[in-house]
Amino acid sequence: MEQIEFNYPAKRKVQKRAHVGVVGSGDLEVLLEPAEGDVARVFIRTSADGFRDTWKAVLDRFFANYDGAARIQINDAGATPGIVQLRLEQAVEVSER
Amino acid sequence: MSDKGYNANFINRQSFIELDARERATALFDAGTSRELLGPFDRVESPWLPMQGVTPQADDGCVVMKGKITGQAAVVVALEGAFQGGSTGEVSGEKMTAALDLACADNEKGIPTSAVILLETGGVRLQEANLGLAAIAELMASILVLRKHAPVICLTAGTVGCFGGMSLAAGLASYVVMTREARLGMNGPEVIEQENGVEEFDSSDRALIWAIHGGEQRYATGLADALVDDDTPQVADAIRRFVSKGVPPAHRSSQVTLYRDRIEKLDTSRQWDPKEFRALWANGSNEEKR
Repeated sequence: MEQIEFNYPAKRKVQKRAHVGVVGSGDLEVLLEPAEGDVARVFIRTSADGFRDTWKAVLDRFFANYDGAARIQINDAGATPGIVQLRLEQAVEVSER
Repeated sequence: MSDKGYNANFINRQSFIELDARERATALFDAGTSRELLGPFDRVESPWLPMQGVTPQADDGCVVMKGKITGQAAVVVALEGAFQGGSTGEVSGEKMTAALDLACADNEKGIPTSAVILLETGGVRLQEANLGLAAIAELMASILVLRKHAPVICLTAGTVGCFGGMSLAAGLASYVVMTREARLGMNGPEVIEQENGVEEFDSSDRALIWAIHGGEQRYATGLADALVDDDTPQVADAIRRFVSKGVPPAHRSSQVTLYRDRIEKLDTSRQWDPKEFRALWANGSNEEKR
């Protein structure tokens, strides 16, 4: 299991927390919570070691469109980048519902 | 089949099996009455999995909810079959046990509180072996105390099913509800094949597995009390029915003489086939006939 952290700039407050997904094979869970300040922090725990660059690419793309000041915990059981992107978008959708 | 060329009842069915543990638990309560206890944001997760390189889940795969079913207080504990096969670790086991103990305390204070346990599990989590075993023992003790006051209803919807030590917990429940897709048994097919050889049990033979462990057979032989379709309203309806029914006059696991006699009379010198066995145990002890 590998732990990875990323920070991204944020512009607005997040109103509501959201929890989506499950730590099942090829899937992941995302816990998105409001955070203080103008930064979004992402904490990843993944069962697939050695994919830091891939995580960065997926998150760079996600944060190109998302500017919420959130603390995002990702517990991953080997999800593909597409699944990660969908779960992140789902978490945002739930938190803004 | 309708004139549209498909079975509308099937297409429009709200599958229960497709729901995750949290959605399953919520679906059983009277609308808007449920709240989650020790949810994912409380982050009470397994300390043992990360040490072994396994990613933990924020709720340890165990969802505990309190609310009302048919207007009466109830607690629902749902295991998430997709996380580590719904296996019971130290934390998930303790969450289940604590929930049932609190329900028991409420009953003793005069607040009737039923419990529903949604078991989708292979049993003990091997990474937490001894703690998982202890947790199941504690859970069984808690079921035995609670079931004197209020019904403890076990629901196994599938597709993981309920195996290992948790099948013993299911055996202690006041009522067992299953779907055709669900399986219930002590040893799973792979375990039997590994221990006794493929001639004893071929774990690749799905028809054989469901003929023995499947919900339909368990119901027909009196080891489950209701057989429901994979349909959320139907599942919730069965749970409401058993909550209303209250504590059964005799629990299945108390009918020692009945089952001892049945097992003694069974001719084990020959191989029984699931259909014959169903005929033999047909006048079973499921709730409708009890």
